[in-house]
Amino acid sequence: MTELRHRGPTEKDLLQQQQESESEVRTDGEAPSDSEIKPDPGVPPTVDDTPEVLSKALSGMSSRWKNWWVRGILTLAMISFFFIIIYLGPMVLMMIVSALRGQAKHNLKFRVSCFRDHHDSLPPILYHLPWFRTLSWYFLLCVNYFFYGETVTDYFSALVQREEPLRILSKYHRFISFTLYLTGFCMFVLSLVKKHYRLQFYMFGWTHVTLLIVVTQSHLIIHNLFEGMIWFIVPISCVICNDIMAYMFGFFFGRTPLIKLSPKKTWEGFIGGFFATVVFGLLLSYVMAGWRYFVCPVEFNNDSNRFEVDCEPSDLFQLQDYTLPSVLQSLIGWETVRIYPFQIHSVALSAFASLMGPFGGFFASGFKRAFKIKDFANTIPGHGGIMDRFDCQYLMATFVNVYIGSFIRGPNPSRVMQQLLALRLDQQLHIFNTLRAHLIEKGLLSAIEEAA
Amino acid sequence: MTELRKRGGGDRDAENISDKDTDGEDRFGLGGEGDRDSKPDTDTPEVQPSVDNTPKCLNKALAGMSSRWKNWWIRGILTLTMISGFFLIIYMGPLPLMLMVLAIQIKCFQEIITIGYRVYHSYELPWFRTLSWYFLLCVNYFFYGETVAENFGNLVQRDEPLQFLVRYHRFISFALYLSGFCMFVLSLVKKHYRLQFYMFAWTHVTLLIVVSQSHLVIQNLFEGLIWFIVPISTVICNDITAYICGFFFGRTPLIKLSPKKTWEGFIGGFFSTVVFGFIFAYLLAQYNYFVCPVEYSESNSFLIDCEPSDLFVLQDYTLPSVLQTVLRWKTVKIYPFQIHSIALSTFASLIGPFGGFFASGFKRAFKIKDFADTIPGHGGIMDRFDCQYLVATFVHVYLTSFIRGPNPSKVLQQLLVLQPEQQLSIFNTLKSHLTETGMIPPAIRGP
Repeated sequence: MTELRHRGPTEKDLLQQQQESESEVRTDGEAPSDSEIKPDPGVPPTVDDTPEVLSKALSGMSSRWKNWWVRGILTLAMISFFFIIIYLGPMVLMMIVSALRGQAKHNLKFRVSCFRDHHDSLPPILYHLPWFRTLSWYFLLCVNYFFYGETVTDYFSALVQREEPLRILSKYHRFISFTLYLTGFCMFVLSLVKKHYRLQFYMFGWTHVTLLIVVTQSHLIIHNLFEGMIWFIVPISCVICNDIMAYMFGFFFGRTPLIKLSPKKTWEGFIGGFFATVVFGLLLSYVMAGWRYFVCPVEFNNDSNRFEVDCEPSDLFQLQDYTLPSVLQSLIGWETVRIYPFQIHSVALSAFASLMGPFGGFFASGFKRAFKIKDFANTIPGHGGIMDRFDCQYLMATFVNVYIGSFIRGPNPSRVMQQLLALRLDQQLHIFNTLRAHLIEKGLLSAIEEAA
Repeated sequence: MTELRKRGGGDRDAENISDKDTDGEDRFGLGGEGDRDSKPDTDTPEVQPSVDNTPKCLNKALAGMSSRWKNWWIRGILTLTMISGFFLIIYMGPLPLMLMVLAIQIKCFQEIITIGYRVYHSYELPWFRTLSWYFLLCVNYFFYGETVAENFGNLVQRDEPLQFLVRYHRFISFALYLSGFCMFVLSLVKKHYRLQFYMFAWTHVTLLIVVSQSHLVIQNLFEGLIWFIVPISTVICNDITAYICGFFFGRTPLIKLSPKKTWEGFIGGFFSTVVFGFIFAYLLAQYNYFVCPVEYSESNSFLIDCEPSDLFVLQDYTLPSVLQTVLRWKTVKIYPFQIHSIALSTFASLIGPFGGFFASGFKRAFKIKDFADTIPGHGGIMDRFDCQYLVATFVHVYLTSFIRGPNPSKVLQQLLVLQPEQQLSIFNTLKSHLTETGMIPPAIRGP
């Protein structure tokens, strides 16, 4: 909930941190004892970031309940904010995802800088080497440019074809991105300073791992979004629900600890959260699958220059009758049930969110233990940094993307068309003939009648 | 040539100090390391006695010479051996080449991971090795699966289990990776969190660098052996000619990181490499074996036979007037590919060395002289391939941006996977497009 280290340390802090670092170095990565909540002695006092209004309203309660209320209110605020953004539409969602990614990366970077200071007993030196921050942000920019360029090329193809500069940028996109990255790489090599080689390589490696984790994930999230907002909302909601449900089950029934890494998690919470999330997923997808706004792929309308979410819902989102297995039949007394096929997929998504999502959380907990921080930052009062909220989302976006790619849809037809038109004419003819033979075989194309 | 640290155990003092203090090399008295580097035979005092890996026969043959020339001869002989081995494997065909790339990749990975272990004393925790190798396996499975799916379409269509694997390939790879990830989380041990996270990150960065590069090398190979041979040869040539030019004319140091490099070597190497690339491309472009894309035919073997594309057909180019007066030729017959080879050579000479500087910085940062001592006189495999880093990526990006369009069989595959209505609409669009461009006479309809 609070940072153990401040931004821009004061001299007194530096001294304390140096003392800390000496003892840290001797124990070589030994984590503090199991209590996550007790702050380290010798650490600067915690910063309370809660807004004044909340503090006043809750001033009467004991600190434990106050904490609980702060967390609860902020949770509701975030969820409402989330739904408002969904209402505003895909474009805004994309911008939010980018902003979050930048913030998350900033959090991670900052953590590392602080850690590095102590490890090498050179507190302020890192901030005096201006290249580090510039380079990290530059690499973030390059990778973002690359990913967004690919997205634009894929989904905004008509727009791209129209504008001449965009067309050139799109055609040589990979080359341009690579050149940008190379420039950063050469700048890194030229910026190597004699006494700080190791630090600089750490930062380089750190930046790349962070980019790999954070940026790839958000790129995949945006891909999922274009597939249909439901593929974006349901996974994220399942993870949030699992978080909340596991917490509540653990709060009321929790007894057996789950894993040494996170002493607050319990088996009861884990299993209860699993079942609750599956049920929640089923209900939420039932509600959402009825609305075109959520179900249709996001398309960019070339004429009106806006995003369009309108289509004929695919089979996944049409109600169908399913015969219940006899076990459930005797239980519930219904013979068939009308559900969307998508709800069956949502069971898979919820199951993944409940079983694997926590591993992302454990990863982040281990990470925080390893580098002795309580939270990634204190951006959100009561919850910590952005990364704290999103640590369980890690892996979820990748899973959804892989799931969609493997089981739901094939390749993007407009992209295939683009590639077709880029081929040589004789290759196109060859493909044309093969395709025609294939379609005639399947009976889609009558050999005699070929409509103009 | 020698490692500053031995495997497991070894000099306790050196290891203990290295982690705790800064990069302050003044502590080790290595401030003058720059000077020492130029005399390859003097060992820094803190280092274990050198392990001489040279085969006995070489030792006997060179027993008479002074140690400096002996070193030079060893390097020279090993260089020739490696180059001959390279050409031999090329002669043997694409499959041995692919296996060679795979072997090199694994060895590079192993070298870098071993360094990581040593730096972080993680040799004793058994999960680290297993997990690192497991991740290597997953990533390789993913990349090779994509390659097989793209290029071995014939083989895949025939085999039922292979079809299944290809269709759900990404899902399977992801599941494999996830298992590794979960095993990592479960293996976190209380006192060693930081170490384990370091190794996790180290493994991933190494995979990113080494494995994706080798995958791109193989993609280039399938485009045509010439796209594989020419870039690698130009990097090797640049290495050698920069060394020779530096040896004879070297005066001005190039960069503090590598004190042995000089501006004269750099520029001399640049021009020599461009000329070499130009000539070498001319030689190779004549043979179908090098120029044609590698295909996997129905008969379970690799097929390299085709009609060479325009790039590899001699064309007349009018020389610019400057060169005309100098050479007194009006036109010259060259392959268009040779012009591309100039771009490749330029990149190999100008940016390739940055890969070398990166590796030098890395070795300085972690206080090692060489990545390993696999090759006598040269160090580890990674030492030989550090300049190749980035060149493979460049060639791949260059290919996809400027040379070839999408792969037609891949497009066909994607087409066949689409929904029937989508196929139909694409069919109609394509038909109108082809009719417009005159490939299909509009009057003819029929099966």
